[in-house]
Amino acid sequence: MLSFFKEAVAPHFNFWIYVIIMMIGLWSVIAKNNLIKKLIGLAIFQTAILLLYVSLGVKEGATIPIIDQHAAELAAAGDISAINPDKYANPLPHVLMLTAIVVGVATLGVALALSQMIYKDFGTLEEDEVLGKIKALHDDV
Amino acid sequence: MILSFDIILLLFLVVAAIISLWVKDLLAAAMVFGIYGFLICLLWAGMGAVDVAFTEATVGAGASTVLIVATVLNTRRRSSD
Amino acid sequence: MNAKLYASIAVVITGTILLYAVSDFPAFGDPRSPANAGVAGGAPSASQYYIKNTYLDTKVPNLVTAVLADYRSYDTLFETVVIFTAGMAIFAIIRVVRRDDSVEVPADPKIDGDHHRIVVGITCRLVVPLVQIFALYVIAHGHYSPGGGFQGGVMLGASFILLALSTSLPEALSRFGEDHFMKLACLGVFVYAGFGFLPMIFGRNFLDYGALQGVFMTKGEEMARSHGIFGVEIGVALTVMSVMFAMFANLSSRGRLRGGL
Repeated sequence: MLSFFKEAVAPHFNFWIYVIIMMIGLWSVIAKNNLIKKLIGLAIFQTAILLLYVSLGVKEGATIPIIDQHAAELAAAGDISAINPDKYANPLPHVLMLTAIVVGVATLGVALALSQMIYKDFGTLEEDEVLGKIKALHDDV
Repeated sequence: MILSFDIILLLFLVVAAIISLWVKDLLAAAMVFGIYGFLICLLWAGMGAVDVAFTEATVGAGASTVLIVATVLNTRRRSSD
Repeated sequence: MNAKLYASIAVVITGTILLYAVSDFPAFGDPRSPANAGVAGGAPSASQYYIKNTYLDTKVPNLVTAVLADYRSYDTLFETVVIFTAGMAIFAIIRVVRRDDSVEVPADPKIDGDHHRIVVGITCRLVVPLVQIFALYVIAHGHYSPGGGFQGGVMLGASFILLALSTSLPEALSRFGEDHFMKLACLGVFVYAGFGFLPMIFGRNFLDYGALQGVFMTKGEEMARSHGIFGVEIGVALTVMSVMFAMFANLSSRGRLRGGL
C-alpha cells in the first residue's frame, strides 16, 4: 500500500489532481439538471485537459520559452550551441493549448446563446422541465 | 514550480471546482468559475507557461466569466440543484 | 436520480482508467522525457528543433509566437476562422431585428440612471484608453515578450466590454457599432488569409512568409518572416476583438442590441 503511494501517486501527484478535476467536470455534464451548470462543468473539464498537456512540457530548472538577449546575440553570431534546449521550457504544448483556450471560449459563447434561446422558448433552464415540455408538445401533436 | 505553492494551488483548484458546481445561485457559480480561472492562470505562471497564463487570465477569467454572468442575468438566477 | 447513477458509474470507470494511465507518465519536470527530448535512439522531438532554430530562422525571441504564427500558422488560420464562425453563429442564433423600431435611437452621451453609475462611468472612461494602448503594446511586442495577437485582441474586446458595463451598452455601441465589428471580424480573417496567399503569387507555398522579401523590402528571409508573423498577428487581433465584443453585445441584450446589463 505504501509502495503504491510512493511509486504511483507521489511523483505524479499533480496528474492525479488533474484527473480528479476532469472527473468532477464530466460528472457535472451528465448529472446536473441546470443547463448553465452543465456548461460550467464542460469548461472545467476543458481546462483540466489543458493543465494536463501544459504540464507535459515542464522542465526542471528551465526558464520561460523566450530566448534571452545574450544567447540570441551569441546564436546570431554563429555559435549554435549557445541556445541549450534543456534551459527553456517546451514551447509546443503552449502553442497547442493557446488554440484550445480560445476555441473553448468560442464554443462556450455559442452554447450560452443556445441556452438563452431555450429559455425564450420554454421559460426554464432545467433539463427535466424542458424535456417534459417537449414531451407534452409531442403528445399534443 | 515551487512545490508547496503548486500543492496549495491544486487543492484550492479542486475546492473551487466543487463549490462552483454545488451552489444553487448561478451568479455565485459564475464568480467562483472566475476564481477557478485565476487559479489556473497562477498554476501556469508557476510552470513557466507565461503566454498560456496571459491568455487564460484574459479569456478564461475575463471573457468567459462575463459571458456566463450576462446569460445568467438574462435568464433565471436560481437553479434547482 | 437515474442520471446521477449513470454519471457516477461512467465517472468511476473513466477515472480508474485515466488514473491507471497517468501513473505511467514520465516524472513531472523531467527534461529527458519523450515529449521534451525525443526517444533515446530515435528522432529528437520537434520542440528541440524549435528551441534551437527559431531565432536563426525568424529572428523572433518569443518561441511561442514564432511557432504559433510561422511554423504552425495553418492551425492558427483555422482557429481564427473558428472564432469568426462562433461570432457569426451567435449572430445567427439570437440576433433579433424588429421592423418597427429599426431606426436606431442615438445613444445619450450623458450618463443617466442612478447616481452610483456616474462615478463608475467616469472612472472607467478614463481607464478604457489606457487599456487599449496596453493592448496595442501587447500585440506589437509579442515578438519579444509574452503576448501576441490573441492576448491583445481579447484585451481590446475587453476594453469595449468594460465601457459597456460601466456606462451602458448603447453608449459602447455608438463607439463600436454592429456594422463596424461585423466588418472588422471579416477583415481580420481576410488579412490572415491574404498573408497566406501573397507567397503563392511569388511562386512559393501557402503561408510561406520567406517569399515576401520584396513586399517588406528586407535583406534576408528571416526579417521577412518576422514581419509576416506581425502581419498575421494583426489579423488575429482584429477578428478576436470584434468577436469578443459581438458575443458580449448579443448575449447581454438578448439579441436586441438596445438594452444591456
